[in-house]
Amino acid sequence: MSDKKTLIINNKEVEFTDEPNLLEVIRKAGFNVPTFCYRPDLTQYGACRMCVVEVEYPNGRVVINSSCTMPPEAGIKVKTNTERTRRIRKTVLELLLANHDRECTTCDKSGKCELQQYAEEYGIKDVAKYVQKKERDYLPIDDSNPAIVRDPNKCILCGACVRACAEFQGHAVLGFANRGSKTVVQPIAGKSLASVDCVFCGQCQAVCPTGALTIKNNVNDVWNLITDPQKKVLAQIAPSVRVAIGEEFGLEPGENSIKLVNAALKEIGFDLVFDTNFSADLTIMEEAHEFVERLSKGENLPLFTSCCPAWVRYLETQHPEMLNHLSSCKSPQGMLSPVLRELVPRYFEGFSEENINIVSIMPCTAKKVEAKRAQLRRNDKFETDVVLTTQELAQMIKSAGIDFKSLEPVEGDSPFAQYSGAGTIFGASGGVAEAAVRTAYEFVTGEPLSDLDIKGMRGVDKNHRCKDVELDIKGNKVKVRVVSTLKEAEKSLKEIKEGKADFQMLEVMACPGGCINGGGQPRSCDDSHIKEKRAQGLYKEDTELTYRRSNDNPDIQKLYREYLEAPGSHKAHELLHTAYQDKFKGSYKNVVKS
Amino acid sequence: MTTTLIDINAEQQKVKDAIKAQGLRVLVCAGTGCVANGSLKVIERFKELGADVRPMTHQDKVTIVPTGCHGFCEQGVLVVIPDLDITYVKVHVEDVEEIVESHIKNGKPVERLLYVDPKTNEHVFKNEEINFYAKQTRTTLANCGEINAESLDEALAVGAYQALHKVLEKGDSQWVIDEITKSGLRGRGGGGFPTGLKWKFTAANRGGKSYVVCNGDEGDPGAFMDRSVMEGDPHKLLEGMAIAGYAIGADEAYIYVRAEYPLAIHRLRVAIAEAEKRGYLGNNIMGSDFNFTIHIKEGAGAFVCGEETALIASIEGERGMPRPKPPFPANKGLFGRPTLINNVETLANVAPIILKGADWFSSMGTEKSKGTKTFALTGEVNNTGLIEVPMGTTLREIVFDIGGGIRGGKKFKAVQIGGPSGGCLTEEHLDLPMDYDNLIAAGAMVGSGGLVVMNEDTCIVEVARFFMNFTQNESCGKCVPCREGTKNMLKILERIVKGKGEMKDLETLEELAVAVKDGSLCGLGKTAPNPVLSTLKYFRDEYIAHIKDKRCPAGVCEAMKTFEIDPELCKGCTKCARNCPVGAIEGTVRNPHHIDQSKCIKCGACINSCPFKAIKQK
Repeated sequence: MSDKKTLIINNKEVEFTDEPNLLEVIRKAGFNVPTFCYRPDLTQYGACRMCVVEVEYPNGRVVINSSCTMPPEAGIKVKTNTERTRRIRKTVLELLLANHDRECTTCDKSGKCELQQYAEEYGIKDVAKYVQKKERDYLPIDDSNPAIVRDPNKCILCGACVRACAEFQGHAVLGFANRGSKTVVQPIAGKSLASVDCVFCGQCQAVCPTGALTIKNNVNDVWNLITDPQKKVLAQIAPSVRVAIGEEFGLEPGENSIKLVNAALKEIGFDLVFDTNFSADLTIMEEAHEFVERLSKGENLPLFTSCCPAWVRYLETQHPEMLNHLSSCKSPQGMLSPVLRELVPRYFEGFSEENINIVSIMPCTAKKVEAKRAQLRRNDKFETDVVLTTQELAQMIKSAGIDFKSLEPVEGDSPFAQYSGAGTIFGASGGVAEAAVRTAYEFVTGEPLSDLDIKGMRGVDKNHRCKDVELDIKGNKVKVRVVSTLKEAEKSLKEIKEGKADFQMLEVMACPGGCINGGGQPRSCDDSHIKEKRAQGLYKEDTELTYRRSNDNPDIQKLYREYLEAPGSHKAHELLHTAYQDKFKGSYKNVVKS
Repeated sequence: MTTTLIDINAEQQKVKDAIKAQGLRVLVCAGTGCVANGSLKVIERFKELGADVRPMTHQDKVTIVPTGCHGFCEQGVLVVIPDLDITYVKVHVEDVEEIVESHIKNGKPVERLLYVDPKTNEHVFKNEEINFYAKQTRTTLANCGEINAESLDEALAVGAYQALHKVLEKGDSQWVIDEITKSGLRGRGGGGFPTGLKWKFTAANRGGKSYVVCNGDEGDPGAFMDRSVMEGDPHKLLEGMAIAGYAIGADEAYIYVRAEYPLAIHRLRVAIAEAEKRGYLGNNIMGSDFNFTIHIKEGAGAFVCGEETALIASIEGERGMPRPKPPFPANKGLFGRPTLINNVETLANVAPIILKGADWFSSMGTEKSKGTKTFALTGEVNNTGLIEVPMGTTLREIVFDIGGGIRGGKKFKAVQIGGPSGGCLTEEHLDLPMDYDNLIAAGAMVGSGGLVVMNEDTCIVEVARFFMNFTQNESCGKCVPCREGTKNMLKILERIVKGKGEMKDLETLEELAVAVKDGSLCGLGKTAPNPVLSTLKYFRDEYIAHIKDKRCPAGVCEAMKTFEIDPELCKGCTKCARNCPVGAIEGTVRNPHHIDQSKCIKCGACINSCPFKAIKQK
């Protein structure tokens, strides 16, 4: 007797183990059923009814139900493609399309929209017999903020965004209102996204099957900069972009294509291309210094990392009384831009503070909002001019007619070309803390840390959203906690408030798994393994690099030697540190403005 | 069991004696319907006038008892004096004096306040001769209208908490489940799922925290069975819940009542407080080691919250949207814990079954549907109200015996049973024994028991439109087939009743009906097309008349009415032309007028203005 459990899918015997639902077993068996509302990282919802299957139980009973909500059971016979299931799917598609703004060609999601894709697959040609969405039914589009555009006329009410907001960020900025066919998804009380406490993580948009939630597109702003002969355009590329952008061009998730990105940017017309990994190293120098200082004084502990702008905004709006815990370090994006503005004119001819424009390529929608922070201005200009997400850069490369895969690899521009493995792992949840510990250890003990792989901090799947690691720094125990998603962060904040927290450092990334799964990355919501592969790509580069500690990076050493003096110096503070704003004090509104 | 239980029989005898000492009991209905008809004032007046009266029955005194619903709401305010074997109907505050003086003091019944039998047109003196009651078997509703619902004593006197006592005495939860299973009781909320099986499934998960939830979110338009139980005999429900809790191993329960039932909520609160105070609920019930706490959760009036998973979401504080099943509440329900969820009527059946035995219960009803069922009988029958009959009673008995036939001598056309989730039954079903399975086979369902009787003047398409409008408005908006499908079905029905339907609309309507039924997430969507499907099945020609002939056979649909002036009768007074708001009537003085049908908006102003009755509606 074997304890193998099997069921039949379309006459094929399929083995199953611990799949959470029938839909996953169906996919594993090589079949597919369409779905709008099923997302492996979110709770099963069963609303779109596209994944319906006919199930025959051993007792002869036949039911029709959504496969995303049914547990696999041994001995059942599943049919994915019957007359009844086809009719339900077709009717659902027709009904949705009839009630949809069908201006597909000008939609930001065109070509990536699941509704469009299934309509094509199911051959939906005519929905005239159903009630049509008329112009007077149209609701206003919300583009109140620099990151996310919400077009309710393209919403199919699959609820993925509502779940993402509640389940990832615990914050439930989005919710349902009204009943029956008047049901809508909207921010609390029908307000705009800018006027509620949205953190702009973009996860709502990442799980949206249609054009109802999209990234605010800044591609044209970049083209305008590039075509202006008076302007010098500099790029900085965030760590996690390199392991994801290739997916848009047929590369595997996790394949490191930073040199191809460099090449593409040069091809597009960027004057200089830098790597945010460099400033990630810089962040570590400053943050590790700050951490060691706080540890020695016993002040403002645990230290909160400050790289994630969604997390920063969350604290500012929800727990401003805890802002003292937040590291005063700017994010790597925030650090590199002023450094480039200050130093590029010294190294490159023809570049001046006035003609330099900086475009950052980020996996993140919240970075667009961060770049507009009042604190990140210099000489009356924003330090970072435009933020493009990975998706937007991919679009730009495509529109420039560049064959990404066959580009000749290009290195980044010196003197900030070198980066350490510590900088590169910033892109995955746990990476910032791991990088900080590698350097902090040396700052405290004066000796390099021998085993650089702090495995307990790694892992980006559902079960690794809260990781505690205890370290021994020459007899001193230091406990570091790593969390991803703000829902998890909130639990840790509660522990701190209740005096139960025993950790000294808290790394927070708002997106599940960290920046590799950021709201601006290529689509990854159908397959939870994509983010794991991207993280592996980063950890792989870490092991391949010459330097794996930020303080070993010769370009960093040079920068401190020639310009910044030492971590935490006056000059460093001027360029690399920032202040935060209590939502309930001062002119907070300026923080979010499109 | 090491603990000692109280002596429930002694308790009962005590309260019985106390009630006997009340003398002549005058029961005045204080259910929602009668309260709306002014019963509170009637009660006050009775108390004023009856205080020092010595009744002709030679009892010591008269006691006025405000009771729960008697069921005969249409005839309210109802005053029943059991010791005089009489029921007064439509009692107003000014009638009280006459009842007291003439009947209570002097033994002469007030004839004009007696019920008039619609068939014989004669006054009915004796209670058992009122057909409305005579043909009923009241077990769930046995005490509604007999006792003061706000008094635990009165409930104890009629046997409340005896069943729970029996259960605690036996101390065997499996016996309770077996007894309920054996009785054949099925869920009275609509689905008809075997109650014993549900208890068994939930009990299988005992060990940790479990909950009992009572579904009192009676949302069908016109249904008020559960309300009457909660208002009229709350302790029966509470006792049933406690027994259920004992059976499945739960110590906490919720009653989900819609906020539109303030009286029910009030009486349940009073009942819970009193029962807890006197040890019939709460900790160490009746001296045992069984604890059971009941909370009340007020619903905000969403029909969909009658669906068990939406109800659970609502209690948890979430938007009332159904959740996919599996997992079933028995495994993962309220706050993620095993939860037994039953409707009010189901739970109200529990105590009588335990007390009188499963065999007593299963002796009533049909092979697969045991016991009795309450119905809210409304529409075009002479006697409307709340009734309770054994399962398997025919529609004919309900409509023509209990209901007293069709009002105004009109012709019976159909009944809509089961509310917006049910279907219609026609003349051919009049002799069909009504039980779960027969009704499903006929394309309808017992549902929660709404029964709307329709006569020949009812437009069946309009009825389908009405229910579709209801389900569309009450759809939670979660799943596509229900949200979008019912919207489109409603639009088609609206077109048809407006005379703008096309034959291909019927095809789309049927296609959608099947897709919505098959594809929807929860019971609301899965049953929403039922009224359309069953009316299409039995009255297809009426749909076709609307579409092809642009004619409403029942003469109901406004848009298809035409107004015509009979030239023979028209004197040319011009009154109609002057009253027409849209100038659709042409004609000169003293010559017959004419209505331009293309301009007419069918408002009927001309008919009302014509002194010669020359304008006819067709």
